[in-house]
Amino acid sequence: MPATLDYILHLADNALILGQRNAEWCGHGPVLEQDIAISNISLDLIGQARSFYQYAAEIKGGDATEDTLAYLRHEREFRNILLVEQPKGDWAYTTLRQFFFSTFQLLLFQRLITHPDERIAAIAEKSIKEVNYHVRWSSEWVVRLGDGTEESRARLQQAVDDSWPFVNELFQVENFEIESAVQVNELQKVWTEKIQACFTEAGMEIPETAGARSGGKKGIHSEHLGYILAEMQYLQRSYPGCEW
Amino acid sequence: MIATIDSIYEVLERVTDPEVPVLTILDLGIVRKVELKEDQVVITITSTYMGCPAMDMIAAQIRMEMAAAGYGSVRIEHSIRPAWTTEWMSEAGKEKLKAYGIAPPDKRFSIPEDGVECPRCSSRNTRLVSEFGSTACKALYQCRDCQDPFDYFKCH
Repeated sequence: MPATLDYILHLADNALILGQRNAEWCGHGPVLEQDIAISNISLDLIGQARSFYQYAAEIKGGDATEDTLAYLRHEREFRNILLVEQPKGDWAYTTLRQFFFSTFQLLLFQRLITHPDERIAAIAEKSIKEVNYHVRWSSEWVVRLGDGTEESRARLQQAVDDSWPFVNELFQVENFEIESAVQVNELQKVWTEKIQACFTEAGMEIPETAGARSGGKKGIHSEHLGYILAEMQYLQRSYPGCEW
Repeated sequence: MIATIDSIYEVLERVTDPEVPVLTILDLGIVRKVELKEDQVVITITSTYMGCPAMDMIAAQIRMEMAAAGYGSVRIEHSIRPAWTTEWMSEAGKEKLKAYGIAPPDKRFSIPEDGVECPRCSSRNTRLVSEFGSTACKALYQCRDCQDPFDYFKCH
């Protein structure tokens, strides 16, 4: 059974919005090598987004293209989780969020490889090779910051406190996911184990409270998505059809 | 002009990777299929990495070279499965990379911490600086002997 349009858009939107967020570091990274690393990860994510949008556009038909889906949909039509739209924060927040997201994405794509929709399976198979890099890079930063100085540890702790409320949404099954063959709630246990293993090495603790913030998959976003879309979509909305 | 698969491959040999200009797209292994369908040439290519920004340019270059060689109707298709791997890179391509100053992929490991051969002085006394280099397909290393920083084409 082919994947539904909303599900493909959800996968695309997650990748696009986090890619756009990470791209804010381009030219501002703490050191050149890490600036390049986070920009590379952005590029990988935007590449994923393009593949999913191209497929979504074929399913939607009519005048839809990857560009119209990225640039001309409104905030409420985006199906990304809230975690990816949160401001980039400091380096601790960015790398921790990447670790949470990439660990999730790896588990999800490992399941999607056998999805009955071959197009989805192919995108997942191609992406996994890159997501492995993202997981390794971000987990190394979590350990480095957690096991680093008093300052780096305090910042990572703040990042954990700030991002944890959004984590639960990763595993909340939305209607469009019921038919998707991957029940994301089934990924939570192994995801938590992987986070725990890294946190143990970093000397950090997983918060006891469960995160309460959600709504992104339904199109109910935090105030931050509107701003990111305004910046990202400005050109296409001001100069419709503009190409260069 | 009589179009043959071989003659089309000769044209494709002239298309290079804009980010690693010593490699042709055949060296890279991103040309997956060339077909003659009635009056149309169908060329199937695959990207190295998902977000490789060179892909659109490579497709445009293929069109230009094919047009210059007299092929009227050319269609370019993109495939993503099976996923591209450095196993598809030609041995000639690996030699060209090394001569250009980029360490070729070493299939013993994806991203070794150290031990990658320095393309300048051939020392294996080298260290990983960052898994992410100047393009998605490369990692950054430094030679401990000649001190030069260099790119390593990641085994992928």
